[in-house]
Amino acid sequence: MKLLLFLCPLLLAVASVSSRAADATAKFRATLVEAILSEDVDKQVELVNQLVDAEDELIARGLTAWRASELYVHSPASGAKAPFLLDVQPGVVGDSKGIRLFDGTPVLDPTGKPLTFNASSLTPVDNSSKLRKAIKTALDLFAIGNRDPHLRRDAVTKLGQARIAEYVPFFERRMKIETDKEVIRSLGEAVALTRATDADPKVRLGAISQLGELRSINSIDFLRELDTECKLNPAKYGEDTGRLVHSVVLQLENYIRWGTLVGTAFRGVSLSAVLLVAALGLAITFGLMGVINMAHGEVMAVGAYTAYAVQCLFGNGLLFSIFGYQVSLKGAGFSGGFFDVYFLVALVASFVTAALVGLGLERGIIRFLYKRPLESLLATWGVSLVLQQLFRHTFGAANVQVDAPGFLQGSLVVSDIAFAYNRIFIIGFAVFIVFGAWLLLTKTSLGLQIRAVMQNRAMASCLGVRTDRVNMMTFALGSGLAGVAGACMSQIANVGPSLGQSYIVDCFMIVVLGGVGNLVGTVSASAGVGVTNQVLEPWLGAVLGKITVLVAIILFLQWRPSGLFVTRSRSLDG
Amino acid sequence: MAGKFSQRELLIVGLLAFIGLVLLPCLNAFVPAGNPLHVSTFALSVYGKYLTYAVLALGVNLLWGYTGILSLGQCLFFSLGGYALGMYLMLQIGKLGQYQKEIPDFMVFLEYEAKYPATGGLPAHWIPFRNFGFAALMMIVVPAVVAYGFGFLAFRSRIKGVYFSILSQALTYAASLMFFRNDFTFGGNNGLTDFKFILGHDINSPVTKRTLYICSGLLLLGVYVFCRWITSTRFGMIQRAIRDSENRVLFSGYATANFKLFVFVAAAIIAGLGGALFVPQVGIINPSEMSPEKSLEAIVWVAVGGRGNLLGPIIGAIGINSLKSYATHAFAEQWPYVLGLLFIFVTLFMPKGVVGLPAQFREIWRRFKNRNQTADLPKAVIAPTAEAEKPLQPTGKE
Repeated sequence: MKLLLFLCPLLLAVASVSSRAADATAKFRATLVEAILSEDVDKQVELVNQLVDAEDELIARGLTAWRASELYVHSPASGAKAPFLLDVQPGVVGDSKGIRLFDGTPVLDPTGKPLTFNASSLTPVDNSSKLRKAIKTALDLFAIGNRDPHLRRDAVTKLGQARIAEYVPFFERRMKIETDKEVIRSLGEAVALTRATDADPKVRLGAISQLGELRSINSIDFLRELDTECKLNPAKYGEDTGRLVHSVVLQLENYIRWGTLVGTAFRGVSLSAVLLVAALGLAITFGLMGVINMAHGEVMAVGAYTAYAVQCLFGNGLLFSIFGYQVSLKGAGFSGGFFDVYFLVALVASFVTAALVGLGLERGIIRFLYKRPLESLLATWGVSLVLQQLFRHTFGAANVQVDAPGFLQGSLVVSDIAFAYNRIFIIGFAVFIVFGAWLLLTKTSLGLQIRAVMQNRAMASCLGVRTDRVNMMTFALGSGLAGVAGACMSQIANVGPSLGQSYIVDCFMIVVLGGVGNLVGTVSASAGVGVTNQVLEPWLGAVLGKITVLVAIILFLQWRPSGLFVTRSRSLDG
Repeated sequence: MAGKFSQRELLIVGLLAFIGLVLLPCLNAFVPAGNPLHVSTFALSVYGKYLTYAVLALGVNLLWGYTGILSLGQCLFFSLGGYALGMYLMLQIGKLGQYQKEIPDFMVFLEYEAKYPATGGLPAHWIPFRNFGFAALMMIVVPAVVAYGFGFLAFRSRIKGVYFSILSQALTYAASLMFFRNDFTFGGNNGLTDFKFILGHDINSPVTKRTLYICSGLLLLGVYVFCRWITSTRFGMIQRAIRDSENRVLFSGYATANFKLFVFVAAAIIAGLGGALFVPQVGIINPSEMSPEKSLEAIVWVAVGGRGNLLGPIIGAIGINSLKSYATHAFAEQWPYVLGLLFIFVTLFMPKGVVGLPAQFREIWRRFKNRNQTADLPKAVIAPTAEAEKPLQPTGKE
């Protein structure tokens, strides 16, 4: 019998030569079966330890069941003993099928029908406390055999933090076969971290200095504790260790400080980009045309909802209601790369939709109010109320979910600093649209006409510029930019009926701070506000930081009432 | 338009004051509850709330209608006045709160006893508010000081028009963010509520409610008379001149900044007094009262009622709020559409508001008659109404 069992792995190895992975899995399963059927505890422990590298769900289930005394052995009249676990379905009461650990197939009776069992009538396989400990270690370490390198790395980091000496041999073994650089680094870190309090001073010192070389941020808390301990009790580890730990802590703190600085700078720049994208449309409608559009935020929301609609049309379909009528549009059902394209389409679509809304707004309301700017503020506020309620009725009062396309998910990690891809995208996008707006305003004939009309409407009109049309185009352009900003926002903020309200005050402040009527001012103002906000946030908290920035802007405008960059003009109220 | 009380105005105001200040409270007090003429205490305190809104609207009108300053921060002053009285009312609760401590409930909840042990949990700036006189002084002083500080800075650096609106919006926004914070010691999100007593009287008794209503009415009347007086003096003339062409006034040798500052502070005090009477009648004050949207709503009342006119804002405030109370019961979902469209309509087609409608209709009628008589006049004479209604004024680019 025993011979047969010993032959099993061999036979299996011969039988399944088709794939190396399947081969390895089968081998591990056989090892598990062997361990279960073995009667010698030491041998069981040794065999269980070998299972650490198995990347097999069934083995994990088997070990878990074994530890919890939920593993049983089927001993048919003829043939080998087969350990199995019960395939208990959640919510199902009564007998369950048995699954053989050998190959994952159901336990069959001699006629070939699956057998069912009830846990209460079975005797579980024995497990001693020593064995349970070994199983736990194996299960803990199981994760470092995961196929996904990211999960593997996370598991190693987590296990390293536990600093359990028994893990070290497994780490070292894994290091030999590991291919992913990041995981190798984490393994080294875990080993060094565990050995940092080793009894042998040489090993100890080596491990500590290795932690420094690896710039192991994860170990900073432990090293700080160790540093304090060495100061309180210098005799415990010796003076050398104390000195080294202290220098490594300083080194790491310095490294972290730099990392935080770069991280803050990045967040500041990305917030600036967000503000810039949001304020650029306003810089054109308010800055150039002098129209106070309180519905600017809602035009942004139009863009964001357009992005949502495009996403749904690319995916599973769109459901919304107009004036109480439910409308359901079928989606294209794309997934993967095709689905990701939606975002690029959404950017264009949101520009067009928002520009059309802006066009309607200008023709319907704003053109009657060019000479009454305060009243355009009031009328557009009415528009913003109506639009907000319209969003609520069309898409519901709750926020809608806009999924990030695949290429904007995750983040780029450079020396422990994470740069989120969507933030990087927004920075790039901000640069792109500012450049685009600049080109349009300075290099095209429309831009020339816009600037002419803004400088002197009457004169431009006399020279044959159709000022009415230019106003319309400018307002549509500004609204379109707001729409694109909204589509961009959908990647980093909640898309809901009140999306616009959360940005409108900031946008106005940025345009006023930058100096009305020029893009350079808007760019520098949003850069200043964004970075200041992020620098203040760790000290004062988000809300107080925001308040400080607002008050600072109000005070700054006392000093320079026309903002950072003044457009010189000879008009009294310019 | 500036002058002594005309006989007609005296008649209208006197009649309204009689109805509001004598008739309604009497109907509440002396007519039994079953009678169709009875005015319930609840209704009376709702009217009282409208009256405080009307006070706020008069302040907005003094600023916007007469001086041309569109401040989106009036609700901040309204709330500051409200908070000043609210603090007094909070301290009057005494041990009747949920936690049965000397200090207000939210202070117990936020563990102020550990934070301010010297005073038993009460932050130092709360202590003088035990005294009603001090609270009453503060509901004037605090809005005035804030308005003076902000107005001084803004008017000195000649921030005007829409820039002033945007800055005042930012100020209000910053303040509301501040008041939303729990450690700003004003109750954070929930604000101040659960009031029990005012000057030793039960705040929910019909007599107190009636008294508060009458106080609101008297305040409104007082503010009305003040506005009437100030707009009929030389000061009022300069005010309107600033509205129509500030530069001309400036070049004529008037320090316009000082005039504007005075009006701004006066409007802030008016708003603060309104807020102080608003709080005991509504029973709560929280930071959402000082959001920029609330200020814009107050501006809607004035615009709809008719600005640059003293009855218009009162009509607007009471009318729109009655409509709102009705609408939020009858068609809550559609209310924002109504409010928004009303606002757009009024701005585009009724620049003088409801009060200006008769004149507008007369004008249209006159045009209509003229057109019939001289059908072949050049088109330029028949300009759109809105243009004709506009006072003759320079474009500002001089």
